[in-house]
Formats: sequence, structure tokens, C-alpha cells
Amino acid sequence: MSYTKPKFKETYGNFINGKFVDPVGGEYFENNSPIDNTLIAKYARSKKEDVENAVAAANAAKEAWGNTSAAERAAMLNKVADIIEANLEEFALVETCDNGKPIRETINADIPLSVDHWRYFAAVIRAEEGTATELDVNTLSMNIKEPLGVVAQIIPWNFPLLMLSWKLPPALAAGNCVILKPAEQTPSTATLLMEKIADVFPPGVLNIIHGFGPEAGKPLASHSGVDKVAFTGETTTGQLIMQYASKNLNPVTMELGGKSPNIFFNSVMDADDAYLDKAVEGAVLFAFNQGEVCTCPSRLLVQEDIYDAFMERVIARTKAIIQDNPYDVNTMVGAQASNDQYEKILSYINIGKEEGAKVLTGGAACKLEGNLANGFYIQPTILEGHNKMRVFQEEIFGPVLAVTKFKDEADAIAIANDTLYGLGAGVWTRDAHQLYQIPRAIKAGRVWVNCYHAYPAHAPFGGYKKSGFGRETHLMMMNHYRQTKNMLISYDKNKLGFF
Amino acid sequence: MKYERIAITERAKEIVEKLKEAHGDLIFHQSGGCCDGSAPMIFEEGDMYLDDSDVLLGQLVGVNYYMNQDQFEYWKHTHLTVDITEGRGSSFSLEIPLGLRFIIQSRILTEEENAALNP
Repeated sequence: MSYTKPKFKETYGNFINGKFVDPVGGEYFENNSPIDNTLIAKYARSKKEDVENAVAAANAAKEAWGNTSAAERAAMLNKVADIIEANLEEFALVETCDNGKPIRETINADIPLSVDHWRYFAAVIRAEEGTATELDVNTLSMNIKEPLGVVAQIIPWNFPLLMLSWKLPPALAAGNCVILKPAEQTPSTATLLMEKIADVFPPGVLNIIHGFGPEAGKPLASHSGVDKVAFTGETTTGQLIMQYASKNLNPVTMELGGKSPNIFFNSVMDADDAYLDKAVEGAVLFAFNQGEVCTCPSRLLVQEDIYDAFMERVIARTKAIIQDNPYDVNTMVGAQASNDQYEKILSYINIGKEEGAKVLTGGAACKLEGNLANGFYIQPTILEGHNKMRVFQEEIFGPVLAVTKFKDEADAIAIANDTLYGLGAGVWTRDAHQLYQIPRAIKAGRVWVNCYHAYPAHAPFGGYKKSGFGRETHLMMMNHYRQTKNMLISYDKNKLGFF
Repeated sequence: MKYERIAITERAKEIVEKLKEAHGDLIFHQSGGCCDGSAPMIFEEGDMYLDDSDVLLGQLVGVNYYMNQDQFEYWKHTHLTVDITEGRGSSFSLEIPLGLRFIIQSRILTEEENAALNP
């Protein structure tokens, strides 16, 4: 079964103060589909003036929104979840068209997960409570959570609706108004969502502005009318956003990617069973979402005594990947999200070869036929080398796996931690001691143990080292969007006696 | 003979010149990490806070090219050529509104180059 490119309007504006509006300057930019490099639609090319309007709308709405009850806010979040769920196939199709990822993934992962994150935060605010402590018989310390006010969020293009659904629900649930800027490569599902939920929130509570980083992202991140900035992206932009936030003394949260190790100890091959089959799939998950995942398990570490036997299976499984039209339900790997990504990935494969890495499979672009010949496809690629090579140290953000051997536990931990980043890691073993001790020794915020690439709400996600800070997809994120009001109450009728 | 760590293609040079006319003095910074990372970004001089942890790799068309020290440790054996391609990379890099994106083409330094640049 195969889908076809969905229909779009010619142009889309920003969503500010509860309605779609044209950009002040009247300019739009073209957004193409990476599947065949054809035009999807034109989106607002916002500038400083548009950001001003969105920030003003959010500030005008924040007091009333911050005073709504948790029950009211939860009901609205649940309503958004229901609307996405009721239109799941439409969202999936638009996402596939905009990003290039296979329809199999958007239907089964991106969109259902998005639904669940809205529901999770709707539930969180109904269940959580403040705290109160009796410090002594006459003194009570009471902690009340208050929203920050207005939050700016800048999200990437690899999981457009899902990243939106990681960012918006906790901020809105906490009682903030939000201005969100989708990535300019993938503005479509955010726009579709605003069309569907235009009336759910009061005007000004949720605002979406489109446009380019230097023209719209920068004025948003540096605006003094914003109380917090949340960003997912890369390190240089992360540093700039922190700098801009420092001028306003604003808090920030950052998720800046990684170079995640996926470690396979020799016990995985103790039996040829379902678990080994799962482990082989776990190694091949590097190709999931075309490798465009912050936690892509892009460094494969295999214990030396099982290396040849294990890699034989990993290579065979990788070669069996179906790379074809992303609209086809059988396709496993689709298009890279843009031409510059495509070029960058090829340049990395090239430097890997120059550094002496051996190509075990793939190693080139994937040429598809017909309309798809204009799209951006790269073969799932495995490069064998050592951890000091650049392909082992830099996030390629493509379906490129760098594999190396390790001797023992200490060697595995040393290689795993020899990276600037610390977002994700995988540990695969049948040994009960290793199951606990190895994950504890790895400096990363999320260690998958005998699994990989699971992103359920209710399990916190965030980085160590240069991968950033903050913990998303969990109630912890609520406190990144809130103040704590401490009320220190005296029930003592007697004076201190100082004056 | 003087050896360089970085170079720039003619077509990338033209874009840098164009951006200089529009924005004044500029710097390149090599980013790392997620999404649009691992690519050169170009900003107005003074926009990005730089200090001793940023290594100056050289100058291209009068524009200083920086990289963070810890990233440099993994890159210093390679020669980088800044090129430009069509693209829609999201970041604050100034060429993005032009529908273009700077990218890096790398090669290993020759033994001679390496001896001179990484003594």
C-alpha cells in the first residue's frame, strides 16, 4: 500500500493570538519535500515585528491563563491529544511529506507518541501537589508552583510534531503562554495542528511563528518579554541562545545532541534466541529515522570475541533494510530531511574513508527512480574504525554507523565515555552485574538497557556534558517551566523581641 | 612554506563577500552536535562570545574561523574546505535566508602539513 503527497494551501501565515495572520513584511519562504524536492507550500518569513506581536499576545494572555485551574488546563491538553489521534493518518502523511521519513514511522511512532505526551502532562497536573512543612510548632513553609509567564521554544526538524509535543504540553500545563518556532525545514505539522486546535486555548496562549533562525529565531530567543527559552538543536546555536538569555537573566533548557555508544557484551551471543534477534535489531536501529535522531546509536561497540559473528548478522540485517518511497508502507528508511544534510552526510562518509575506516556496507548515496531521483537518499552505511576518528566523534545525523571492538568492561566504558557528548547510550548483556554497573559508569542522561530508541512519556530524557541540560518527557520538566513561591507563615502571636 | 588548516571554494567566497556587504564584519564558528551541527556557521563579529577555549583555525576572505578547543582535539589532523550548497539548515547562521548553507569538505593533513601545524 502506498500513499501520495497530501494537498496543501498555497501559503500559510503565523498563528498569533488565536488566529492565522500574514507576516508583517508580507514575505514567505518556499518549503520543499525532501522526498522529491517539490514545493509543499510557502510559509511566513517572520521578522522582528512578527516576534513582537507574538510576544505581546502571549504577555497579554499570561495572567488569565496562569490563573486557570489545573482541571481546565488538563481538559484542554486532553482535547489536543484527542484531535491529533482522530486525525492520525493526516498528521502522519503531512509529516512524512515534510520530513522525508517513512509513513510506517509516522503512523506508528511520531504521531501516537505525540498524542501520549499531551495526555501525560494533562495527567501530571491533576496528580501532583505542592508541599508544606511545619518548621516548628508556629511556622509553616508552604511551596506553591507558579508559571514563569511567557516561554519561547525553538525546535528541530527531525521529529517535527513529536518535538512540538515534548515542548508544548509541560509549558502549557504549568500555566505558561508559549511562542514556538518550528524549524524552517518542517513547518507543516505545527501549522496543521494550529488549524485543528485553533479554538482549544484562549487567544495568545499558544503562538506559532515561522521563519529563519537569524531573522525570527534570534529576536525570539533574545526578547526581554520572554521569561524562558527552551531549545533543541546544536551546540553553537545553544551557546548563542544561552548568551542572549543571559542578557535577560532568563533560565534555559538545552538538548544539543550526542554521539551515543551502543555496547554489546559477549553474552548476547550465548544463545541463538529471540534475545539475540532483538540485540541485532538494536544495533541496526542506527538507521531508524534515517539516523536523524539526537540519540542515534551511531557508535557501535562490540566485544572482540563475538565481533565477527555478531557483525555478520548486523551487516546482513542492515542490507535487508528496504529504502524506497517514504509513502510506501513497506519502506523502512526514507529521505534525509534536506539537501544540506544529504551533502553533509556524504562529506562525512568521505572523511571516514580518508581516515582509514573500512566500509562494511553502504557508503554512498542511494539513487531512486522517477520523481524520487530528486530526493535526498543515503544508503545505510557501516564504517569500521577506531574511536579517535571524526566519524566516531561527530554527530553525522545520517544513517551512518561507526563500529569498533573493545576488550573488556573497562575498555568499553573508556571508549563509551570518550566523547564530548552524553545524551544516550545502549548496553546489551545477559550478565546481571553488567546490566547495572555498566549503565552507572556511562556519562549519559539516558542509558537503554537491553533495548534502544524507546521514548515513552514518564521516563526523563536529557543530556550530560555538551548534550545540554534539563529533563524532558517527565514531570521533572514542569519545574523547568515554573517558579517556586515559598510562603513562610508564622502562627506565633508574640513578637521577636528585637525592637 | 606556510601551511593552512582551512580553505574556501570560489562559490563560498562569493557568498561570504555578499554577507559582509549586508552585515559588516563576520566570524565563522564550527558547530558540533545535533541537527544542523557539525557545520560552519557565520555570524556578525561580536555576536558570539569567544574566549581562550575557542581556537582560531585561520582566516578566510578576512573572516576568522573558530572552533571550540575540545572539538579541535578531534579535528586537528584534518584540513577543512568551506563550501556552499543549497539548503534550508536551521540555525542563526546568516546565509540561511539565501536558501544556502555552508558545509565542510575535509581531508587528512599530509605528513608535511601535520608536522608543521601540529608540532
